Amino acid sequence: MALVLNEEQQMLRDSAKSFIQESSPVSILRELRDSDAEWSPELWTGMAEMGWAGIAIAEEYGGLEFGYVGAGVVQEECGRTLASSPLVSSAFVCASLISALGSDDQKTSLLPAISSGESIYALASGESPRFDPLAVKMTAVPDGDSYVLNGTKTHVIDGNVCNNYIVVARTSGNAGDPDGLSLFVIGKDADGVGCQGALNADSRISATVVFDQVRVNNSALLGEPGAGWQALQRALDIGAVMSAAELLGLADEAFKRTIEYLKDRKQFGVVVASFQALQHRAAQLFCELELCRSAVLKALQALDEDAESRSRLASAAKAKMTKTAKLAVNEAVQMHGGIGMTDEFDIGFFMKRAAAASQEYGDYYYHTDRFAQLGGY
Amino acid sequence: MADLNDFRGQTRVWLEENCPPSMRQPILSEKDPWWGGRKAEFLSEDQRLWLERMAERGWTAPQWPVEYGGGGLSREEAKILQQEMERILARRPLESFGIDMLGPALLKFASEEQKQRYIPEIVRGEIRWCQGYSEPNAGSDLASLQARAEDKGDHYLVNGSKVWTSYADKSDWIFCLVRTDFDAPKHQGISFLLFDMESPGVSTNPVKLISGNSPFCDTFFDNVKVPKENLVGELNKGWDIAKYLLTHEREMIGGFGLSKAGADSLGQAAAQKLGLANGRLREGGLRGDIADFEIEELAFASTVERVIDEAKAGQGTGAASSLLKLYGTELNKSRNELLMSIGGSAALQWGDDGTTTFARDWLRSKGNSIEGGTSEIQLNIIAKRILGMPG
Repeated sequence: MALVLNEEQQMLRDSAKSFIQESSPVSILRELRDSDAEWSPELWTGMAEMGWAGIAIAEEYGGLEFGYVGAGVVQEECGRTLASSPLVSSAFVCASLISALGSDDQKTSLLPAISSGESIYALASGESPRFDPLAVKMTAVPDGDSYVLNGTKTHVIDGNVCNNYIVVARTSGNAGDPDGLSLFVIGKDADGVGCQGALNADSRISATVVFDQVRVNNSALLGEPGAGWQALQRALDIGAVMSAAELLGLADEAFKRTIEYLKDRKQFGVVVASFQALQHRAAQLFCELELCRSAVLKALQALDEDAESRSRLASAAKAKMTKTAKLAVNEAVQMHGGIGMTDEFDIGFFMKRAAAASQEYGDYYYHTDRFAQLGGY
Repeated sequence: MADLNDFRGQTRVWLEENCPPSMRQPILSEKDPWWGGRKAEFLSEDQRLWLERMAERGWTAPQWPVEYGGGGLSREEAKILQQEMERILARRPLESFGIDMLGPALLKFASEEQKQRYIPEIVRGEIRWCQGYSEPNAGSDLASLQARAEDKGDHYLVNGSKVWTSYADKSDWIFCLVRTDFDAPKHQGISFLLFDMESPGVSTNPVKLISGNSPFCDTFFDNVKVPKENLVGELNKGWDIAKYLLTHEREMIGGFGLSKAGADSLGQAAAQKLGLANGRLREGGLRGDIADFEIEELAFASTVERVIDEAKAGQGTGAASSLLKLYGTELNKSRNELLMSIGGSAALQWGDDGTTTFARDWLRSKGNSIEGGTSEIQLNIIAKRILGMPG
């Protein structure tokens, strides 16, 4: 496959760009932060109308079956304006788990509602501050025709706005074992489920979700008991690449705003863009971003092909992107000088969101470690 | 698409039948590649056969026109040929500045007569070319070069000197930038000349580098007579050719950032040399640096791929050569640094027979970000031409 966007993907990018720029500019993030609203249901409705919630879902379940390159293109545009939505959690990550593990009945009953945007799913997986998807202690104990779940999930992205969780729990083994992980679909309103939102630095809310003696029917299980790891790994790869795509848009936008500022700001009687000390740093960052663009597109294509190298490419993309996004936002604030430190100016939002998105689905250290492991060292 | 699949199938069969087994070994030493030229002798019969067979199809220069001996392949076909060669670890049959630098410039700027004379012998590896660009006082500021060619009616008389002329002592001909208008602004008085290194008045002096090897020479021109028909393009318009050629040189040098086909990854090399504990290298810091490097390498290789595919799709940014030069050379330096760390004290071994060693390769790589335009020059180009920063 050629490492370029095809015509359809370019058209999707263009329509995503104009939709997002119009309906969710950075000022919307500021408004949300300064109000009591936890999220923007209007934006979600608009996205669903654009068909984005069905991009990665098969046509027979109401999706567009457009693929992950398309999903990534949309995410990149969302990253540019720091637009917040449950698109990744629900339509890309959780939908992939239902598609991979669900029975025909489950797929038929669950996927169309995700695809239309009507239902929102969040992945309740992590239990520790650092991303570590195998370190699951939460238990699911079979009891007749049901399971009883106990445990606490932390930093559940979109955990406050969803209607349903896909919960990762252990039916056997110990924290750290790949075997024994089982996935359940559990309603947010189910008895024994408690959700507590907390505000993060990026003005988004993540949730701690407590499952206390939650009893679900066997039909809530996705796939075979104890055999969830393979599909979960793929879903987390999707999440990692999507968050890399978001960071690509974010970092590229922060870079562009910075270059514009340098060309505008005058000191010593000249625009500061004429200083070689700044030119070289800007040029270096431009190169880093170009490498990121290649790494992200390569990983997106690997998701669509479900290539053997998928996990390695996903980790490479997220690691490279995380490292570069950090550089981009640090340079952005530094090169903006004092004004970059003010809340009134938007560039700080980019720094805060970059830090949060970097942690989602694994940061630089997680993914370089995984990349090395997959490489046999 | 069906045509391309046919092409792939036929190419695969042809390579299987025609690439000798000893030409399917990774290139490990500086002595392995074949550079061609009047003075060169083949190291093996296989090396000769491989060149002859590839040159006959024009596949030493796959995309050049058939009328000048090239392969006449489309970009897609050339990519397939390269993939199929990599698949069996086939070596390039010919390393050549003629192919990587001069040829593209001749195809664009030379007269029909010049193309017919020079290009076929480049394809066949008969003439080895060197590049006369840098001078003692013209490095990053290349356009300030002083070597001069005076019009003597039926010939040019060339005087001056060049530095960093790669393999000048082994080359047959030189493509050379000379000043032909001594009053014009510096970019507008330069011409592009070709001449035989055996011409009276040409001398070379190999320069020993920090690696202990001497791939570069000081080159002197003392009243060298050059026939007037050896001027390429218009008089005093040589800077355009120089710049065009430099973009090809940058891409070639940037290619050093790609790992060699068939070579172990750094991580695998480290695992073999140092052993693993619980599936990991013992030293976490080294392991992290290797992984970081391999991720950069992968992103760089994907960028090379993307640049080619974008050009094919007409989406190119046109800025690629500076980026590839900058990043590829910095990567190659990092690779050599890590190889030195992985090798430890054993990697310091010098070897007195001039053979390639880790230490010599490491020292040689430091020149990558200087030759063909320093990293700082590439950053200037990117800042000014792509980002539009003034000054």
